[in-house]
Amino acid sequence: MMSLLDYFKITKTSSASLAKERLQILVAHERSSRSQPSYLPQLQQELLDVIRKYVNVGQDAISVNFEQDENQETLELNIVLPDYHAKNS
Amino acid sequence: MARIIVVTSGKGGVGKTTTSAAIAMGLAKKGHKTAVIDFDVGLRNLDLIMGCERRVVYDFVNVINGEATLNQALIKDKHCDKLFILPASQTRDKDALTQEGVGKVLDDLSKDFKYIVCDSPAGIEKGAHLAMYFADDAFVVTNPEVSSVRDSDRMLGLLSSKSRRAEQNEEPIKEYLLLSRYAPDRVKLGDMLSVDDVQDILSLHLLGVIPESKSVLTASNSGVPVILDEKSDAGQAYADIVSRYLGEERPHRFIDEKKGLFGKLFGGK
Repeated sequence: MMSLLDYFKITKTSSASLAKERLQILVAHERSSRSQPSYLPQLQQELLDVIRKYVNVGQDAISVNFEQDENQETLELNIVLPDYHAKNS
Repeated sequence: MARIIVVTSGKGGVGKTTTSAAIAMGLAKKGHKTAVIDFDVGLRNLDLIMGCERRVVYDFVNVINGEATLNQALIKDKHCDKLFILPASQTRDKDALTQEGVGKVLDDLSKDFKYIVCDSPAGIEKGAHLAMYFADDAFVVTNPEVSSVRDSDRMLGLLSSKSRRAEQNEEPIKEYLLLSRYAPDRVKLGDMLSVDDVQDILSLHLLGVIPESKSVLTASNSGVPVILDEKSDAGQAYADIVSRYLGEERPHRFIDEKKGLFGKLFGGK
């Protein structure tokens, strides 16, 4: 049961905590893209060109992710092929 | 050899020039021969904050171009004979500052001065780049506000990749956080990011918190660095910052809300 006091309690999150949350996500994202090698966008474009020789995919069909920790660097490639690929070829 | 300090932020209007003037004055008052340089070519303002705008004859660009000697361009401060100001040029030529020219001026100053404070312009253009390029220490001035915190983080990235120390694989620039325009009452209400919030995001060593203060505008109105207003909260905050930078122990102040008479009587602690 809700008491009368609870009714008057301010339950909405403060704007400062919202600001902090937004900044933490943004800053983490910007820091990770800062540490990426500068050739990534070009690599992504050239890979896309090669794939398009064989399969008709859109501009956003490929994602390139670069991650770095103390021991290793990981380059993750994700290519999404369209469903209708089999039928069209 | 001088220690070169850059006062930077990325975002404009957060208090870089106020801070440069205050800490340069603070270092000089502690007996260290200090030069403060305005890197904001085209938008000179440090002279106004330092109260020497009518004594500007030659500027930074004149020295770089060999049109004046350093001694001719340096303005001795009227409050402290250990402090000298090198004003920015009002030229609209964006390429007036060159890396080679700036490096030469800093080298020459290093022979004679203990500290060189570089007042960076806002943004990430050439002036801001050259202000931080040769730095040993960076004072990152940040307001407890989203765009200022984000821009500060961007500057941290540039400090660690585009500076002389980074390019030559030397020990990195020492970075310090100066949180300015802080309003403890608004933090308490949850309307403003707290010191801890900003430190969680930026993970920087906190050199000091400067409270939002009327004395900052009063000081700039009269052209006297706010640190000379020893009674003011902002003046004291900057004095603490200078002492901490020089290795003295000073507990942090101005983080918690000031208690009024009512609070003092009934607040318990």
